[in-house]
Amino acid sequence: MTPLLEVRNLHKYYPVGRNSRLKAVDDVSLSIQPGEVLGLVGESGCGKTTLGRVILSLQPATSGEVVFDGIDVLSLQGKDLRRLRRRMQIVFQDPYSSFNPRMTIGAALSFPMKVQGMHRGNEEERAVELLNRVGLDGSVLNRYPHEFSGGQLQRIGIARALTLDSDFIVADEPVSALDVSIQSQVLNLFKDLQEELNLTYLFISHDLGVVEFISDRVAVLYMGRLAEIAPTEDLFGDPRHPYTQSLLAAVLHPDPTLEKSKPSMAIEGEISTPIDPPPGCRFYGRCPKRMDICRVQDPPMVSIGPRHSAACWLHA
Amino acid sequence: MTERAPKPCDSSVVLRVRDLRTHFFTNEGVVKAVDGVDFEIRRGEILGIVGESGSGKSVTGLSLMRLVASPPGRIVSGQIEFGGRDLVEASTTEMQDIRGRRMSMIFQDPLTSLNPVLRIGYQVGEVFRYHLGLSRSKALHRAVDMLRATEIPSPDRRAQSYPYELSGGMRQRAMIAMALACEPELLIADEPTTALDVTVQAQVLELMKTICRERQTALLLITHDMGVVAHMCDRVAVMYAGKIVEYTDVHTLFARPAHPYTAGLLRSLPRLGAKLRRLASLEGQPPRLTRLPAGCAFAPRCPRAQDRCREVAPDLTRLGNGHQFRCHFPLENDKEPQA
Repeated sequence: MTPLLEVRNLHKYYPVGRNSRLKAVDDVSLSIQPGEVLGLVGESGCGKTTLGRVILSLQPATSGEVVFDGIDVLSLQGKDLRRLRRRMQIVFQDPYSSFNPRMTIGAALSFPMKVQGMHRGNEEERAVELLNRVGLDGSVLNRYPHEFSGGQLQRIGIARALTLDSDFIVADEPVSALDVSIQSQVLNLFKDLQEELNLTYLFISHDLGVVEFISDRVAVLYMGRLAEIAPTEDLFGDPRHPYTQSLLAAVLHPDPTLEKSKPSMAIEGEISTPIDPPPGCRFYGRCPKRMDICRVQDPPMVSIGPRHSAACWLHA
Repeated sequence: MTERAPKPCDSSVVLRVRDLRTHFFTNEGVVKAVDGVDFEIRRGEILGIVGESGSGKSVTGLSLMRLVASPPGRIVSGQIEFGGRDLVEASTTEMQDIRGRRMSMIFQDPLTSLNPVLRIGYQVGEVFRYHLGLSRSKALHRAVDMLRATEIPSPDRRAQSYPYELSGGMRQRAMIAMALACEPELLIADEPTTALDVTVQAQVLELMKTICRERQTALLLITHDMGVVAHMCDRVAVMYAGKIVEYTDVHTLFARPAHPYTAGLLRSLPRLGAKLRRLASLEGQPPRLTRLPAGCAFAPRCPRAQDRCREVAPDLTRLGNGHQFRCHFPLENDKEPQA
């Protein structure tokens, strides 16, 4: 099968000061099949949001390629790019800051359709249809964002991402700002919509439980680099990169018997900012299994099993 | 079976809260953020308060420290027994003497709790200067010791840093150093690791646990995260709409919850390795505190609710094993063992 999205050697560097560069995304390659959910996990500052934004061409890449359904996304401009936006949408973390507070819900949902000239004359009908689909009714059309709870507004955010019949959605931490009891409602909604409409998601989250629930495959990002990518079951059942292993060990399970008996698995240190990182593996300083070669040479991405790869010298 | 277990006079109780009510008087009406809360915490114990946003868990912590902004907030009734007196009645001067010396608090975001223009060592040392009257140089010396105790690498150098120069985890360690400087009897931690990454969260929780156990400091841990509760707490109070709806030891809470809210919350968590097709979810939204329903506040979302729940607010049921909950129709998980 041809992938719906293919990212090849993508780089996004930001200049810092006179001669330094922050390597937010550093040589990332991955692909997503149509109808697949790829989870993207990592700690804050690892580049997961930047990767999502560069894929959508919301920010220019430094170098590399993004191919969406055969179209070279990064070379598009103006009208062509606007046309492609019909197919690629985004849901943000904080629904309150991603809605214009002075626009009614009806206006916010019709706006993308008006810009794209879709569903002309039937914008409101289409908006109500989508609201129903996300569990709300047409009575909310004349209300303003502040009148809603976070969970309700995030549902509307999802409805907005669907107004243009898009098939690819980047969901950037879409449930992180929600309360636990609301999180599960919204996650179920994401899953139902994906199955019904055969949507493709890049689902970004720092929460491993959330990612395991929603994803078919999972990519782990560390300081702008892909550390490991594998089908969900393999990544959680047989993690091969020491960073993935540390990340999984640090997860606290809602089970006191298990939690109180397990030894402390905390790894040292914290993720640092990838400004002019030294050569070698980005995880070198914190890695419990580091070797001499890791300090001097970048580990290559090696295949470990079917669709399972890790960037680690232990497996090279 | 409901019974009032006789409370032996227990000298190890550090804090006893009785019928605490903190209300906010706003233009939209009275918000009963904390509405009749009872709990106690012993030396060296870790008590968790869990709940979702708006449940009143943070206001409970602030009330204990007497830090609720007034107006619009006010402690309208109740007692906070701490160190042989009732803090609700304490004067501003008395509270200033207690805060930071006998009772301290750390918050979710250390960057907004630290003064951005003062060096870390100076800020941690302030506790020693204020409460113990130490000189600047002696206070700084003790501050460095505290930074070392919280496992901050090269504490001498770090004491000269400004908050922005520290990572999130290091800042929270500095907050812990400051809070524990005078060896308080009680530490209140309000979502202390929510802003941190999982690997750093694990480090900071481990540190708090070790220090509190070593010094026998009582820890009141306010969190929304059931994983943190399971890892850290001895006992847990679950809050919903300003009330403690369930209160028990951590093992009973997870294995045999009695309140449908607790049970629903636990079921709705995505768990690693569970491989679920769908998550069980609690329907509906948390209530607005200005428009609380008559009867049980959870009734509109409760799968077990009956007419009585919508009319009469449930009283506290206490089982002999210390398990307490507010529900007319509790789950039969924790039946009183037949005598």
